[in-house]
Amino acid sequence: MIQTKNLKKSFQNGATTTEILKGIDFNAERGEFIAIMGRSGAGKSTFMYQISLLDEPTSGEITINGGHIAANMSNDEKTAFRLMRLGYVFQDYALIPELTALENVALPLLMQDMTKKQAYKKAEEALKRVGLATHMDQLPSQLSGGEQQRVSISRAIAHKPDILFADEPTANLDNESSKVIMGIFKELHKAGQTIIMVTHEPEYGKMAEKIVHLDDGRIVSITKN
Amino acid sequence: MSSLLNTRIGFFLAVRQIKRSSKWTTGLIVAVMILTSLNLIVVSGILVGLIQGAIDAVRTHYTSDVIISTLNNKTYIENTPEIMNILRGLPGIETVAPRYLKGATLEANYKTRVKDTDKPNTAGGNIAGIDPIAEDKVTDLSRFVVEGSYLEPGDYDQILVGSYLIKKYQPFESPGFTALNDVEPGTKIRIMVGDVEREVTVKGIIKSKVDEVSFRSFMVDSQFRSMIGRGDYNASEIAIKLKPGADPETVRDALLRNGVGTVAKVQTYADAQPKFIKDLVATFALLGNMISSIGLVVASITIFIVIFINAITRRKFIGILKGIGVNGKAIEISYVFQSIFYAVIGSVIGVALVYLVIQPFFAAHPINFPFSDGILVAPFGGTMARTGLLVFTTIVAGYIPARMIVRKNTLDSILGRK
Repeated sequence: MIQTKNLKKSFQNGATTTEILKGIDFNAERGEFIAIMGRSGAGKSTFMYQISLLDEPTSGEITINGGHIAANMSNDEKTAFRLMRLGYVFQDYALIPELTALENVALPLLMQDMTKKQAYKKAEEALKRVGLATHMDQLPSQLSGGEQQRVSISRAIAHKPDILFADEPTANLDNESSKVIMGIFKELHKAGQTIIMVTHEPEYGKMAEKIVHLDDGRIVSITKN
Repeated sequence: MSSLLNTRIGFFLAVRQIKRSSKWTTGLIVAVMILTSLNLIVVSGILVGLIQGAIDAVRTHYTSDVIISTLNNKTYIENTPEIMNILRGLPGIETVAPRYLKGATLEANYKTRVKDTDKPNTAGGNIAGIDPIAEDKVTDLSRFVVEGSYLEPGDYDQILVGSYLIKKYQPFESPGFTALNDVEPGTKIRIMVGDVEREVTVKGIIKSKVDEVSFRSFMVDSQFRSMIGRGDYNASEIAIKLKPGADPETVRDALLRNGVGTVAKVQTYADAQPKFIKDLVATFALLGNMISSIGLVVASITIFIVIFINAITRRKFIGILKGIGVNGKAIEISYVFQSIFYAVIGSVIGVALVYLVIQPFFAAHPINFPFSDGILVAPFGGTMARTGLLVFTTIVAGYIPARMIVRKNTLDSILGRK
């Protein structure tokens, strides 16, 4: 489903160049649940941003669904690809504060040129899947952290993306909420969703099928659970 | 992504941002827009109104709608009675006021002059022989009597003296221009019109913002005609007041077609305006536009700052929107919609205030300038053009900062990196 070949990413800071990713070969098959783990500064999030097309690698190849070569895409094409084929769950929920839960989930669907009725219907279904049917008209400020993250997940899955990317989805949550979120991910995976998740929590990493360990910008091991 | 889709999404985001943002902030921005709208319309309108007030006063209290006056090479209008007959037959004419003019010297305090060699207290000016009733109907002259009372048709040896001929009302000291001392209603003065000398009593003093009126004195026409030998009833001026809705140019042209132009000058009130007045109107309009432009620039900068601060504090959310696939154009359009909202609401309220409150207020209570009653001139076409300019400028002022922020790198925006 998604492949990288010799993926590198470095940052320029004046005269200093810092290499974050030092040549990563990675492969994720359809339906896999992969956790990317490593100590702080290993390059986990940076790697996630490259393969989720939020950032531009310095060199290397990213191939998605065989035919798409990410390096050849324009920014607008990447935006459209992210909209139609990918889903994102951010660490701090990343909900738009003036939109209700339903509107936050419906927004990407509206952007896919659905009618308001169609978009709201799909958004409702997605919110029901994560147990938030009664919170649809609430603003993010009226929701708890766990509820906001569930809205974020609904938004990410409403359009049935090829790949769901989650960057430290439980980092800002308490234990109980974190378990709820991980439970949702497990269910999604069971239903066939491809999930790539960055986490530094070993107990959540173990819930994935495969753990990719990064250290110093390289994959040091891949463990199957 | 199609433009229509981006517009739809932009509208979706804008509506919700406006609805759920702080009411105080929205109120303040709208207030700035209202004040800018008023600034654009009222400043220019008052400046133009200053002159327009003077022009309207000359029309209302001196020339009226159409004025027939003496040809440059003549001292009176020939065949005045015939012209009066023509006027009686023309539709659209409400009243006419013929005037008999002659230059005169007025002398006061002649009885108290000790020596013949003492300088006499005199003032020079035109005396107008009028039909008091007709003149009042056409120009409302009785309104300007500040002391004493107005003339009546049967008055004899009575005169209304223009205030500029009286020392205490003279607004300026000018070499060669003399005025009468100690003159008030009841005072006897001597008038010399050609070879005719007559002692008359001051019945009243006329003070108007129309200089031509304040420089004149007025007597009943029947007596004044005999003093100046106008037994043929040939007048010097005929002021014509039209019925509401009648067109001055139509009446002027009708008079010219009837041959009146061969014996007199026939002008509408606009024709009779000196060129410098027209130039003044244009100059004041330009001045008003220049001053209003400053307000427009201030409003644009305000909107720019408001949108910029909004966008920069929401940079993260803009990055997230782009991250999840919302086109940058849609986000820019949402800010344009917000700018349009502020501009349109502010302008609508501003325009309503102008036409429902401010303009009627100035019409009822004009600003008391020394030379005119200042009114607010706000023609609807001009107001709409200014409003359109405000909306356009606001859109540009809102679009630029939005584009600046939206164009920033998506990931940098999400992560708060510079």
